[in-house]
Amino acid sequence: MPTITLRVNRKNHTVECANSSLLVDVLREQLRLTGTHVGCDTSQCGACTVHVDGHSVKSCTMLAVEAQDAEITTIEGLADGNTLHPMQAAFQECHGLQCGFCTSGMVMSTTELVSRNPDPSEPEIRHWLEGNLCRCTGYHNIVRAVQTCARGSRGGTP
Amino acid sequence: MKDFQFHRPTTVAEAVALMAGKDGAKFLSGGQSLLPVLKLDLAEPTDLISLTGIAELREIRVDGQALVIGALVTHDAVARSADVRKHIPGLAALAGGIGDPQVRNRGTLGGSVAHADPSADYPAAILALGATVHTNLRKIDAEEFFTGLFESALAPGELVTAVSFPIPKRAAYAKFAHRASKYALVGVMVALTSSGVRVAVTGAGAKVFRVSAMEDALTKGFVPEALSGITVSADDLNGDAEASAEFRAHLIGVMAKRAVAACQ
Ligand SMILES: Cc1cc2nc3c(=O)[nH]c(=O)nc-3n(C[C@H](O)[C@H](O)[C@H](O)COP(=O)(O)OP(=O)(O)OC[C@H]3O[C@@H](n4cnc5c(N)ncnc54)[C@H](O)[C@@H]3O)c2cc1C
Ligand code: FES
Ligand code: FES
Repeated sequence: MPTITLRVNRKNHTVECANSSLLVDVLREQLRLTGTHVGCDTSQCGACTVHVDGHSVKSCTMLAVEAQDAEITTIEGLADGNTLHPMQAAFQECHGLQCGFCTSGMVMSTTELVSRNPDPSEPEIRHWLEGNLCRCTGYHNIVRAVQTCARGSRGGTP
Repeated sequence: MKDFQFHRPTTVAEAVALMAGKDGAKFLSGGQSLLPVLKLDLAEPTDLISLTGIAELREIRVDGQALVIGALVTHDAVARSADVRKHIPGLAALAGGIGDPQVRNRGTLGGSVAHADPSADYPAAILALGATVHTNLRKIDAEEFFTGLFESALAPGELVTAVSFPIPKRAAYAKFAHRASKYALVGVMVALTSSGVRVAVTGAGAKVFRVSAMEDALTKGFVPEALSGITVSADDLNGDAEASAEFRAHLIGVMAKRAVAACQ
């Protein structure tokens, strides 16, 4: 089997994997980074969202071999030690999760939104969330969490 | 998913050479149509030739009266390109409405065109703007490019390198999206071009098509009301659990009016 090197959460990992291995399977099964979830087999749910060079990507719809030269960030790489990333903290504060299955994908995806657009409107947030499905929350508190995080990072009162 | 040989050339010439003689090989761009197919074992290529390392396919440039967009430009890059937003804002908006952010971050113009999905958005822009699809071998007119359900004029192993979109006076796209995937149940692009009005419909039939009755009416008056009373027959349209053929026929009228209104 070919050997590839992936750079994940600021560390290099050398793994053996088939050409057909999906990025999500290498992350979960070989690197044991199981915070990235698999919620569907049709590339629609977004539970598997990670950042590839800062862009949200469905890791179930990218080959691991294609990610070799990239900087990959998973949910495990967001917090700074014991300090949660502001988006994680906002999800906690606003009750932006219930079962939590969709949450890592939601957090990865919305951190990219806020990095592009520090003051997203509710319609902009909802349009952005089209790639992330949640079966529990009804999205309302997820939208509030994103607004809270965005306000906080603009220096306003969260 | 069945395993395959993987290749990552850095030039078009190298990609085409790798393809030669390999009947079971396929190109891979963003993978947002191909990988879902492979995950369900609906295709089993022997080789994947990734195009993502070919820098020459990532360019967007203005060439006289046309905007030439490289095959590997992602939907997100089209949506955010200053050149596209300035010259064909309706095309930037169309790209910004494809799928979702994750799909737009990976999916490419060339992949979408080659896949020829009957519900894809770009085919409406290609036909309405009278675009030309450039390949490693030739240039193909919009009218000749899409030939049927998931079928195009591309020969086996032919590589799409770019699409050249003539800059219209005005153009806009309106779609009624599938609720989960955001593919077009019906999408209509209306363009006022130097050679007249063009109306192209995607999502409704086996392939993208023009509606000459609407084009004639809009030539007399380029306002939404000009389309009142024009109906499209449901006979050859798609009908499925999401929308019947009759509903799609109705939506063509509504989306066309919205697109014209967005052009004002
Ligand atoms: C959840 C989801 C929602 C989506 N919603 C929409 C939507 O709303 N509207 C829409 O239009 N699309 C939608 N798509 C499809 C998406 O736009 C794809 O990106 C696009 O159809 C294919 O582009 P790609 O670069 O991903 O191609 P790939 O998947 O890599 O390839 C697709 C096909 O084209 C061939 N190919 C790729 N590049 C070339 C080339 N340069 N020359 C010749 N052949 C080539 C491949 O061999 C393959 O057969 C959606 C996809 C997903 C997963
Ligand atoms: S697991 Fe559902 S989109 Fe990746
Ligand atoms: S919190 Fe359960 S799926 Fe979103």
